[in-house]
Amino acid sequence: MAHTVASPDSGKDVEFYVRPGAHDDGHGHDADGGTMLGFWLYLMSDCLIFAVLFATHAVVGRSYAAGPSPADLFDLKLILISTFMLLFSSITYGFAMLEMEKNRLRPTIVWLAVTFFFGACFLGLELYEFSHLIHEGATPQRSAFLSSFFTLVGTHGLHVTVGMVWMIVLGVQLWQRGLIAENKRRLLCLSMFWHFLDVVWIGVFSFVYLMGVLP
Amino acid sequence: MDLTTLIFGRLTLESFPIHEPILVATFAIVVLGGGAVLGAITYYKMWGYLWREWFTSIDHKKIGVMYVVLALIMLLRGFADALMMRLQQAMASGGGEGYLNAHHYDQIFTAHGVIMIFFVAMPLVTGLINLVVPLQIGARDVAFPFLNNFSFWMTTAGAILVMISLFVGEFAQTGWLAYPPLSGADYSPGVGVDYYIWALQIAGIGTLLSGINLVVTIVKMRAPGMTLMKMPIFVWTALCTNILITAIFPVLTATLALLTLDRYAGTNFFTNDLGGNPMMYVNLIWIWGHPEVYVLILPAFGIFSEVVATYSGKRLFGYTSMVYATLVITILSWLVWLHHFFTMGAGASVNSFFGITTMIISIPTGAKLFNWLFTMYRGRIRFDTPMLWTIGFMITFTIGGMTGVLLAVPPADFVLHNSLFLIAHFHNVIIGGVLFGLFAGIVYWFPKAFGFKLDEWWGKVSFWCWLIGFYLAFMPLYVLGLMGVTRRISQFEDTSLHWYFVVAGIGALFILAGILAFIIQLYVSFKNREALRDTTGDPWNGRTLEWSTSSPPPAYNFAFTPVVHELDAWWDMKRRGYQRPVSGFAPIHMPRNTGTGVILGGLSVALGFGLIWHMWLLAGVVFVAMIAVTIWHTFDYDRDFHIPADTVTVAEDARTQLLAARGV
Repeated sequence: MAHTVASPDSGKDVEFYVRPGAHDDGHGHDADGGTMLGFWLYLMSDCLIFAVLFATHAVVGRSYAAGPSPADLFDLKLILISTFMLLFSSITYGFAMLEMEKNRLRPTIVWLAVTFFFGACFLGLELYEFSHLIHEGATPQRSAFLSSFFTLVGTHGLHVTVGMVWMIVLGVQLWQRGLIAENKRRLLCLSMFWHFLDVVWIGVFSFVYLMGVLP
Repeated sequence: MDLTTLIFGRLTLESFPIHEPILVATFAIVVLGGGAVLGAITYYKMWGYLWREWFTSIDHKKIGVMYVVLALIMLLRGFADALMMRLQQAMASGGGEGYLNAHHYDQIFTAHGVIMIFFVAMPLVTGLINLVVPLQIGARDVAFPFLNNFSFWMTTAGAILVMISLFVGEFAQTGWLAYPPLSGADYSPGVGVDYYIWALQIAGIGTLLSGINLVVTIVKMRAPGMTLMKMPIFVWTALCTNILITAIFPVLTATLALLTLDRYAGTNFFTNDLGGNPMMYVNLIWIWGHPEVYVLILPAFGIFSEVVATYSGKRLFGYTSMVYATLVITILSWLVWLHHFFTMGAGASVNSFFGITTMIISIPTGAKLFNWLFTMYRGRIRFDTPMLWTIGFMITFTIGGMTGVLLAVPPADFVLHNSLFLIAHFHNVIIGGVLFGLFAGIVYWFPKAFGFKLDEWWGKVSFWCWLIGFYLAFMPLYVLGLMGVTRRISQFEDTSLHWYFVVAGIGALFILAGILAFIIQLYVSFKNREALRDTTGDPWNGRTLEWSTSSPPPAYNFAFTPVVHELDAWWDMKRRGYQRPVSGFAPIHMPRNTGTGVILGGLSVALGFGLIWHMWLLAGVVFVAMIAVTIWHTFDYDRDFHIPADTVTVAEDARTQLLAARGV
């Protein structure tokens, strides 16, 4: 319902302000849509951080400084396994979201736990790979290629870690308060974050590992 | 690692620069002045008020004011650096050594650049956008009010770290962009570059989040009826600026992170050894750095547009072309970064590409200038202070733009690269463009923020001192640059150029007078605030929605959300006989204040300090604490409340009586 004032020159009634009613509770904005857009923008800004790291890898990715090259170092079978761990975790997160849509709390939390498990497997394999490389003398300090490799892959791993901490916190909050609107919004944000990390990993897998071992 | 190293890291008693008399004196002044301010706050029992009403406030208007206060304080520091450089060069160019050693001088020019860009220009821009944009789009707050408060405190935390570097340790001696390999661990083993890195990283997080916040605010929270092409031009420029911020600050974060790894972990991104590539840093930092100057100038263009239309009593000429010019500048700003280092040797075709894109930017900018001129044409112009800043800008910026096009020609740039000509050029556009715009904005919106106008006479004194001071200070630098004087020089062999530096120094003194006049203006206006009071909410006969509410606006901004029909919504409302509603108020849903932003900001200072000095214990503990506070904050689900209808009614009735007393 809007207040109207007779307009002197247009000859018709014009509304100049909104009275609070059923549609607008006076809050003046659409909070959920705002969060999604904001989180999406954050993800895009995060994507640019990865873009810088990928660009850096493109520049120095072959600067071995007479040190080891990707073909010497990478065990592609291991990377394939860890890639599948991460891809599975995205699928299971999807199952959690489906359960959320059905308003079923317990299955949502269970699927989150499964997602966490796959994330932990991925992270464990990454840490194993890193320690193996360092043990072989292929440290981040050895060459610009290795600096860039460890930074790019490590930044992704750091994001996965943050996502897993977030999963624990959100799991507790779900347990405490159930599938309320705020928690659903948070689940959606974490979902976007988790799938985003998957997409970045596809880039890492193809660009760093597969193309890296090419002569 | 023994216990002392674990706790104090690299910090020893020798880290305090007690052998530098200038720094000791400055420290004494800061302690006395700061002590007086803190004592006064304690004496008048203001801490509770400040904490409740300001520090923890999520009101966009108060956060905007706090940003501006931060920027003005940092302006004094940044300008003191400028004055010291001018004095040193004026003395040393005459044959002496001057009063500053090279180590100190190098810190000063680095700190000057860093402070002026990151902690003066950026907070002024963010502050004015915060203050004005929600009011102009008819919203009650920004999209994420807590994030807004948090962003402010992260920016402040960065500023505090820079200030600490003055008295504990040193600041970077690398120039404001800290190019490696000079900024690498080999050539800058001290804490200076680490102060630089962590101050910018912490402030950068604040800037990025505030950028996202304001984009969402503008996209999602406009009043009904305000389509994109009915947004005030300042909102357009704010939108473009914040899109730029969101797109470029991650690049700065990543670039500085790589430099950090080089310094802390011994990686080889930007080293000369083991495959590193210093020019990669230069490319990356300018991919951030060039759009950054457009982040600063676009809102200034927006302010000039608002001011010109208001004080000419006319609708802005060529609104649509202004919007498209802004968008074109936004896009082109990503395509010119290489013009900062034509001398890298990228080759003729690459240099031509970036030279041409740079020159093309002058076309939309020129279109804007003509739009402002045509807005003034046949307007009923009032030469109030904001309009003076605008006209001063139009002339000064045109000169700066032309020298910019000159520098965009690669062969000319090979001669002028790194010379004082370049210094003159970018001060020409940053002072003559950004700073003049922000001062115009401060004078223009001051009554909206505080409810009284600023004193006109002192405002005009300030303007003329700045304008004359600018020309005296920087025109000689153009000449010196053409004659081959390079930047960042503290000692001179050739004394024949002495008088140019003396004139430049006199110019700096004029600017000092301009700053003092501005401070006097604030004081005089505060003293005469009853006479200068704005009871109408619309002191300048404005055109946009911020002038439709009271000055200062109530916490909820608008008792009823406005409905927009045309560009210049408030002008339209006035023209069509809008009657202000005086009854029927309802409770208003608002976000609740929170101290989390202050706490996280304080912890960030401690974390930065720990990392800078390699105090790993402190850094570790604080890092864990920050994560704990953040998680704890997410468990708070009770984040909003309703302002009762009675409170709204009382506030609105008071305004009704004020307006009635004026016979409006």
